[in-house]
Amino acid sequence: MNGSLRWKIILTLLVVVFGVAYLLPSLPAVQNSGMASILPDDKISLGLDLKGGIHLTLGVDMDKAMDNNLARMGDDLKAVAREEGVIVLKPKVLKGERIEAVLLKEAQKEKLEKLVKDSFGNLTILSTAVKPDGKVTYVFAPTPEYKKYLTKLTMDQAIKTIRNRIDQFGVAEPDIRKQQGNRIQVQLPGMQDPERAIKIIGKTAHLEFKLVDEGADLEKAQKGIVAPGREVTVIRHRLPDGSYVEKPIVLKKDAMLTGEYITDAQTRFDQFNQPYVTLNFNSRGARIFERVTGENIKRQMAIVLDGKVYSAPTIQDKIAGGRASITGSYTTDEAHDLAIVLRAGSLPAPVKILEQRTVGPSLGQESIDKGISAAIAGSVLVLIFMLAYYGFAGFVADVVLVLNVVLILAGLAAFGATLTLPGIAGIILTIGMAVDANVIIFERIREELRRGLTAKAAIVEGYSRATLTILDANITTVIAAVILYQFGTGPVRGFAVTLTLGILTSMFTAIFVTRILFELYTSKRAADAPLNI
Amino acid sequence: MGLQIIKPDTKIDFIGAKGKAFIVSAVLILLGLGSLIMNGGPKYGIDFAGGIVVQVKFDKKVDVKAVKGALEDAKLPGLVVQSFGHDDDNEILLRTSSSEISSSEVRDNISAGLESGLKGTGFEIQRLEMVGPKVGADLRTKAIEALYFAVLLIAIYISGRFEQRWFAAAIMAGGLFAGISALQLLGMSTTVLIFGALFITVGLCWYLKLNYALGAIVALIHDILITVGIFSLLGKEFDLTIIAALLTIIGYSLNDTIIVFDRIRENLLGKISDSLAETINISINQTLSRTILTSGTTLLVVAALFALGGGVIHDFALALLIGVGVGTYSSIFVASPILLGFGPSAIGDDREEAEAA
Repeated sequence: MNGSLRWKIILTLLVVVFGVAYLLPSLPAVQNSGMASILPDDKISLGLDLKGGIHLTLGVDMDKAMDNNLARMGDDLKAVAREEGVIVLKPKVLKGERIEAVLLKEAQKEKLEKLVKDSFGNLTILSTAVKPDGKVTYVFAPTPEYKKYLTKLTMDQAIKTIRNRIDQFGVAEPDIRKQQGNRIQVQLPGMQDPERAIKIIGKTAHLEFKLVDEGADLEKAQKGIVAPGREVTVIRHRLPDGSYVEKPIVLKKDAMLTGEYITDAQTRFDQFNQPYVTLNFNSRGARIFERVTGENIKRQMAIVLDGKVYSAPTIQDKIAGGRASITGSYTTDEAHDLAIVLRAGSLPAPVKILEQRTVGPSLGQESIDKGISAAIAGSVLVLIFMLAYYGFAGFVADVVLVLNVVLILAGLAAFGATLTLPGIAGIILTIGMAVDANVIIFERIREELRRGLTAKAAIVEGYSRATLTILDANITTVIAAVILYQFGTGPVRGFAVTLTLGILTSMFTAIFVTRILFELYTSKRAADAPLNI
Repeated sequence: MGLQIIKPDTKIDFIGAKGKAFIVSAVLILLGLGSLIMNGGPKYGIDFAGGIVVQVKFDKKVDVKAVKGALEDAKLPGLVVQSFGHDDDNEILLRTSSSEISSSEVRDNISAGLESGLKGTGFEIQRLEMVGPKVGADLRTKAIEALYFAVLLIAIYISGRFEQRWFAAAIMAGGLFAGISALQLLGMSTTVLIFGALFITVGLCWYLKLNYALGAIVALIHDILITVGIFSLLGKEFDLTIIAALLTIIGYSLNDTIIVFDRIRENLLGKISDSLAETINISINQTLSRTILTSGTTLLVVAALFALGGGVIHDFALALLIGVGVGTYSSIFVASPILLGFGPSAIGDDREEAEAA
């Protein structure tokens, strides 16, 4: 045995050991035995289509987010201007990402423009119009850089909020990531209640405390006639039989306090075993809450979540200490989910479900079983065929084919790739294509033998001539697979990964390992002994 | 020695049969295109068209009509009911449009409808997929881009690798990119873009005399057209996994073609015959054994996948089955005759250039 052959054997054995070590942890029998402690921790992770679970693509409503941001900027502008003694009426958000603000006195025009330039560098003045009564109407627009910044901020905040909510919901291994544009992809393996997950993820959870306009005429309000600064919404009551009725209620539009000051939310039960949610405010929120409740004793305060009134208790006394509770008529699950969304914070804008894929666990298991039986049937057919067609060489090809499958599975585990249903198909396809390299080599060796070469010479010639052909042929498949990976999502990516991995491992086994086996076989035999191929 | 399917001295006149092969290919492509035109384009699955698909498994045999009847009042717009997978799986696939109704409503309505309409039959909703129209359109564009980039990169690779003409390959890439950008600027539809891209690629290959790339690309366009055509004829839907299958077919078909081309190039350098046609014929015969064996083993496992892999993977396996078969055929009967038709090949040119220098 020459030196280079020895090194090749050592390398191959190392690869085999690595392959087996990374494959074993994925087998259920090994996971529960003592061996698990000495093996790597990486297991083949199964895709949602095999494990069961929910895949969601969410779209963040960027227009709404932008409007919210602009409204806040407008409020800031008004407040900052007032500090300088410049009176600006409450700014309005216009369509097309613009804000309109009205300056009361034309004389303060210069002062306001200087203020905008100094303190609101993110806003540009689109137009000014002086009215006959001396008021000046300004239209502002955010700068493009600021818009970009806001978009990024909104997406980051939305992802963070969704992650918080899911973490509190208790899903193992959730996967939340930003997609192109305004999209977020959420994967929840094993989660079996899509309705509830969607409700929790999708709630904007914008909490506001507003005063109830007790003197308003409800009948008029229902017809849409409301006083300025007032709004109509509904309050929900649960009847004893479990159904709900909604009643109209008129609120003062400006919120006294919002959910951004909340530090914690918990579900509790009252003496009638009715669930309610307690809130803790931070120190600033606590101060505001104390002041607001102190100023409005004996008045009704509505607790509004996403535009709906949950409850409207009457303030009995000034509430200090930064605690409040939302009683209302809901089930324990509803109260629990409400606490989760309040604790995790509000979304910067509403989200919409653009894509949803739910796979039950039984279908996933069935897919695995069927995939495995197809793989076994296909492999056995190929193994028998190769053995029958090429004799000893076929046996060599069979050995490396088995090694190839082991290496693909080990590679999936080692690289943390996900095995999907099309991925199983990719492995099965690779089994069929893996023998290709060997077939090319074997046919070449047969040709060289026919030309009268000895077994050893034919093997050398066959390998050297076939290797470049094999590389050429496989690189095109790798190109196709890489493109698949680039464009594909979820399962298709899994297919691309296994296909690429399969091609790489099959080139290693078919070109490198088989040659070692041939060299070992021929080294012990007479130089002119025939080769069974 | 082991078995032999193809005897070493086999000499089948493949090039002589190119006329017949041309007719076979033309008929298959025209049938497929005709079916596509009649159906108003490919039949998109929910990945591309948007909508909701629900897979329901029953605990005993149910009739499609009975399910349809049970769901008559369920307020599911555009409901389509079809059986799914093998008969003994007792599975039904439901499709409905998603624009007017949310996925949770669909789930509730189906559960309620089946509970009241099919009393005594247990069922389980195994899979629910909803794709919104916006996502569907995006996925469609992405899929087409993927196919386009695959063709482009492979054309460049073959031209560079086989004819050592990386410069010509780069010109082709630039030309194709410019052409597509121009079409995009004109606001052409994606269908126009694909055909534009293919037309430009083939035209540039022809103009730059990248004959190996031309043969390989025409062969793979041929394979895709026939696979898509047969899918349309069978009334199968196109979704993401079918695109994955098509890209795999591209890779596989080229794999086959390259093996034959590689041998042609080797034999041209070795000058085993003065006639290009004969050289090609000998090369195909020499690699025939390998072609048949590899296609055979691949078809064997894909057939196993088709028969045993389950309903979700069924159409994917079917596409591979068709594609692998057609890909093998095209590397012999399409790619090589094109190489012959547009000869003398680049190797002849190189030699002339070498002699001139």
